[in-house]
Amino acid sequence: MTEGPGIADVANLLAHAHAMESEAHERYLDLAEQLDVHNNTEVAALFRKMAQIEQLHVQKILERVGDMELPRLSPWEYRWPGAEAPETAGIGEAHYMMTPHHALSMALRAEQRALEFYTGVLESGGDASVQALARELAEEEREHVALVKTWLAKYPEPAANWAEDPDPPMHQE
Amino acid sequence: MNTPAVTASAARAYKSDVKPVWCPGCGDFTVLSSITKAFAELELPPEQIAVISGIGCSSRAPAYLNTYGFHGVHGRATALATGLKLARPDLTVVVTGGDGDGFSIGGNHFLHACRRNVDLTYVVMDNRVYGMTKGQPSPTTEPDWDSALTPGGTGLRAFNPLVIALASGANFIARGFSGDPNGTAQLIVEAIKTPGFSFVEVLSPCVTFRPDQREWRTMVRPAPVSPTHDIGSAARRLMTDDGFNLGVLYTGNRAPYQPPRKTAPATPSEIERQFAV
Repeated sequence: MTEGPGIADVANLLAHAHAMESEAHERYLDLAEQLDVHNNTEVAALFRKMAQIEQLHVQKILERVGDMELPRLSPWEYRWPGAEAPETAGIGEAHYMMTPHHALSMALRAEQRALEFYTGVLESGGDASVQALARELAEEEREHVALVKTWLAKYPEPAANWAEDPDPPMHQE
Repeated sequence: MNTPAVTASAARAYKSDVKPVWCPGCGDFTVLSSITKAFAELELPPEQIAVISGIGCSSRAPAYLNTYGFHGVHGRATALATGLKLARPDLTVVVTGGDGDGFSIGGNHFLHACRRNVDLTYVVMDNRVYGMTKGQPSPTTEPDWDSALTPGGTGLRAFNPLVIALASGANFIARGFSGDPNGTAQLIVEAIKTPGFSFVEVLSPCVTFRPDQREWRTMVRPAPVSPTHDIGSAARRLMTDDGFNLGVLYTGNRAPYQPPRKTAPATPSEIERQFAV
């Protein structure tokens, strides 16, 4: 059983949810720009689409927040299990020749981590309203996982030599 | 409606429209993000910030920020920043660069920037290689790094920037990791808030010429001891440090160097008259 993050109240959980979706949105935008610069337009477009979807998730969280006052948290004060928000795609996983399969695999891992975060909140017990919200958010992430899996099925794993570059960055002789 | 103050979008406001040309996967992307998060956390107006750099991949940072910036010549960023801060003490001056720019050609300026202890924050994105020029060893490259250019390694002892910073008089010394952008943001906030010369080394892997650095993720750890104010203790710790302890490692109590202004600043037309032939 995963030790939960121990989030005590609804406002705090919503602050985490908002940060998680915002960071995911920003990271996908960053990745889209990176791949644009390196002329991997297909994957750039995919990341841009993911960024748009995450922005919709941000809006959904804000609708839940309504007029509630959320706590002011510094980036390092969030109770993430890892170094970054769980739904943030790992920037070190990017590669200038990555394929849609790689991009969607990154997205799948991100959504799975988000689901694990909310199930961790559930498993840590505590306030009933926090539990109820965590259950809803976990269910939404479950849907996201299923959606990404559907997309991923359209992009089979590439050949083993996917990263072979006919003009690779060579050490200067 | 209230949303958490330091959201990713607040930090993005400090980024310019110029898209970084760094390789996808480069650690510098998250260091840039850490810098913008730090600015957002401190609520610094962009026009009150100046980011100064030298030459190298990480020295491209000023162009990617929506603050004032100066992309200077190789190794001279700390000297430029010193002059700016002395002339404009009201500005928050941050220096960015890499290990080659900062510790090789910029080594001398690094020593004296630490010694002078002007209120600057120096963020070095250390990837232990000259990345922009395609993979030569830098001062911080491990002696046994085997590459096409250095078969079997250089055999040269690596430069230890944290020890040198301490010995030269830096007032704040910390190490971060690009894989921990929020922790690094916190270090940069503390560095900016600490008066005097603050040095933050950020381990930032080069995915293209140092793919072995992917392992850094498993090697870094929070420093096992609290930051020290005692220079002797700091010296012992840093001399025995393996290069992967993260956090604030030393904070001193030296007053920053900021000489009083003797005259009012000259206007642009007065300066122009002085240069008239």
